[in-house]
Amino acid sequence: MSIKIIEMPHLGESVTEASIAVWLVSEGDRIEKYDPIAEAVSDKVTTEIPSNYSGIVKEFLIDIDTDVEIGTPMVKIQTDEEGEDEAAGSSEVEIETGEEFTDHINEEIDKEAEREPMERQTTSDAKQSTSKNIQKDSDSAARYSPAVVRISQERGIDLSQVEGTGKHGRITRKDVLAFDVDSQQSAAQQPSEMKPNRSEETVPAKDESARPQKAASAASVQSNGDEVVPADGIRKAIAKKMVQSSTEIPHAWLMVEADVTNIVKLREQTKTAFKEQEGVSLSYFPFFVKAVVQALKKHPVINTSWDNGNIVYHKDINISVAVATDEHLFVPVIQQADRYSLNGLSKEVSRLAGLARQGKLTTSDMQGGTMTVNNTGSFGSVQSMGIINHPQAAILQVESINKRFVPTEDGGFKAADMVNLCLSIDHRIIDGLQAGRFLQTVKENLGRFSDESDLY
Amino acid sequence: MAMMTYLEAIRKGIEEEMARDENVVIFGEDVGGVKGGVFGVTKGLAEQFGDDRCFNTPLTEGQIGGLAVGLGLVGYRAIGEFQFADYILPAVNQLISEASRMRYRTKGDWTAPIVYRAPYGGGVRGGLYHSQSTEKVLFGQPGLRIVTPSSPHDAKGLIKAAIRSDDPVLFYEHKRLYRLLKEDVSEEDYVVPLDKANVVREGDDITVIGYGMVLNHALKAAETLSKEGYEAEVVDARSLYPLDKETLVKAAKKTGKVLLVTEDNLEGSIMSEISAIIAEEALFDLDAPIRRLAGPDSPSMPYSIALEREFLVNEEKVTNAMRELAEF
Repeated sequence: MSIKIIEMPHLGESVTEASIAVWLVSEGDRIEKYDPIAEAVSDKVTTEIPSNYSGIVKEFLIDIDTDVEIGTPMVKIQTDEEGEDEAAGSSEVEIETGEEFTDHINEEIDKEAEREPMERQTTSDAKQSTSKNIQKDSDSAARYSPAVVRISQERGIDLSQVEGTGKHGRITRKDVLAFDVDSQQSAAQQPSEMKPNRSEETVPAKDESARPQKAASAASVQSNGDEVVPADGIRKAIAKKMVQSSTEIPHAWLMVEADVTNIVKLREQTKTAFKEQEGVSLSYFPFFVKAVVQALKKHPVINTSWDNGNIVYHKDINISVAVATDEHLFVPVIQQADRYSLNGLSKEVSRLAGLARQGKLTTSDMQGGTMTVNNTGSFGSVQSMGIINHPQAAILQVESINKRFVPTEDGGFKAADMVNLCLSIDHRIIDGLQAGRFLQTVKENLGRFSDESDLY
Repeated sequence: MAMMTYLEAIRKGIEEEMARDENVVIFGEDVGGVKGGVFGVTKGLAEQFGDDRCFNTPLTEGQIGGLAVGLGLVGYRAIGEFQFADYILPAVNQLISEASRMRYRTKGDWTAPIVYRAPYGGGVRGGLYHSQSTEKVLFGQPGLRIVTPSSPHDAKGLIKAAIRSDDPVLFYEHKRLYRLLKEDVSEEDYVVPLDKANVVREGDDITVIGYGMVLNHALKAAETLSKEGYEAEVVDARSLYPLDKETLVKAAKKTGKVLLVTEDNLEGSIMSEISAIIAEEALFDLDAPIRRLAGPDSPSMPYSIALEREFLVNEEKVTNAMRELAEF
């Protein structure tokens, strides 16, 4: 005699629940194996459930019309013999029972596998010993993922100082992110602070030992006798701005050459009188600023800024002009440059340059520029690639004016004053075609000056 | 809000769309009449909307595929049910050569606004003909969208969006989730976009991307790992084609450690494509090799219970793979 349980059998794929619609036997009934004991209902089918055992129905374990999961104990049967459950039939229910057997066997196999691996370990000993090799561990510690390399470069982290928490001591992305850069920076400063001491002491042994440490942490290679001068505030500001411009803005470059013979003639004829009358020298630069301003009116796409996925079209035309002093480069702004005549531009450029040389430029003089015109020709350059003044979209380099022979339409030659105009553009906003058209207009504007043009 | 199973949410979505638009029709093997499909997804629809709008077809999947195309061309919004995703194969020509290319070959003059529904996935002892993941067979056919919900909320919103879409949409339903998963689903008229993945859990240690049954394993595993101090970002890919590259790449970059989980075979699965996208777009943010966890490269989900368990990705396998990656 033993108590057996019949469970809700598997009724088909996807059926996870079923209910009993009606019991076909009553508690206390005597049944034979394969007798139907109940009708089960899933949402697919109604199925008669046969008994797996012969015996007495002892107890119903679930209520009628209540959904239960497949495998839930359904009914208790008191069987006649112990060995009854051994005699397996071929019903669905039997498959479920078989399932359990498989589980059990699987568990046994798993247990065996856990208990027995000693023998296997010997056969795979060679493999194990290589993977345990210490040298290999240290190798993998020095192997960095792309993320780790990138972050350490961005933040200037010396990876030899970072402790890895990953597998085999690998430095993880999170290790680098969590690394205290300040604690390292002091180490990086050490060499420059040590330097005066070192040159006084000149202890070669110490020098030797200090070297590799320095090379590992300093950004540049230094040799004996080099002088380290900290950059001043303005230089640091310039450096920061230049890095921002060249890393954030994808630059593209174009150059055209323009014939400015007429402008040269005009200036030659008027410069003396202009100086006397206005008190400032007449340079070529205002002519170029004027030509650029006129062209910007026609090509507003050049007078823009990239702003986080938006393109800002500036209403005002504020021209930044580069003014070099011996120490630094300043970029003051001619506000609303489209409101000036050539005379006005001359005076404004002269005023800003004067302030720059005296170190009296205020923040408001430097703000709001929408495009830069840079007079590189003033120091003899004939070609250059300007770095755009962030957040502007373009910078025009006006190179030096040189006399050249150029062919004329009738097949002869003439001497002309030629100038190269080099334009750098933010390629996110401006395409080559637009830049080319803009330069063409600047060139035409320059060509439109005659030796009789009015300066006022 | 109402508590619904995954299956009920799909049915509810179809019912709402059939009530909203009289051009929506649904058909397939055993879909009509009182039976309402072998899983009961369309139960009650024939009674509610009539036998003209919810009807049976012969056992000819090629015809289900082609009928949907034809109905789409004359102004209907057809929902064709393939009883099991395994049975799609005879209809592949209709799906690829006709449905997916209709817009393209007519310069947009004609569309095939179709939803092909297909119950897929194993773990139900369905053996060779009732357990497969066939999405990769039809994956990468421009013009044919593939989506699969991993929750009742998404099931309702996605089926509604699929029915309204002018593109043919292959709608995969994981049959093991049919009655397993319940959720409080809004009774409002909402849709879930067909082209967006969904970040279902946020974390900064590892990123797990999956869909269907395995996504639910990953969510449970993430809770286990949370107790061990690792937080997982879990992303439901859900829009299988076209993939939502932006969301997937962003999630990959967030942690640099990516585990891709699928019930399908390891090689040549949708996860293989996601892996390639991440490798292309996120190299310098990766902190570990991209890992895939999948079924073995064996021809089919087996019938034997022991082999089926061996084949299937389960919660334990996902937990172990996630832990291994977190510790890397």
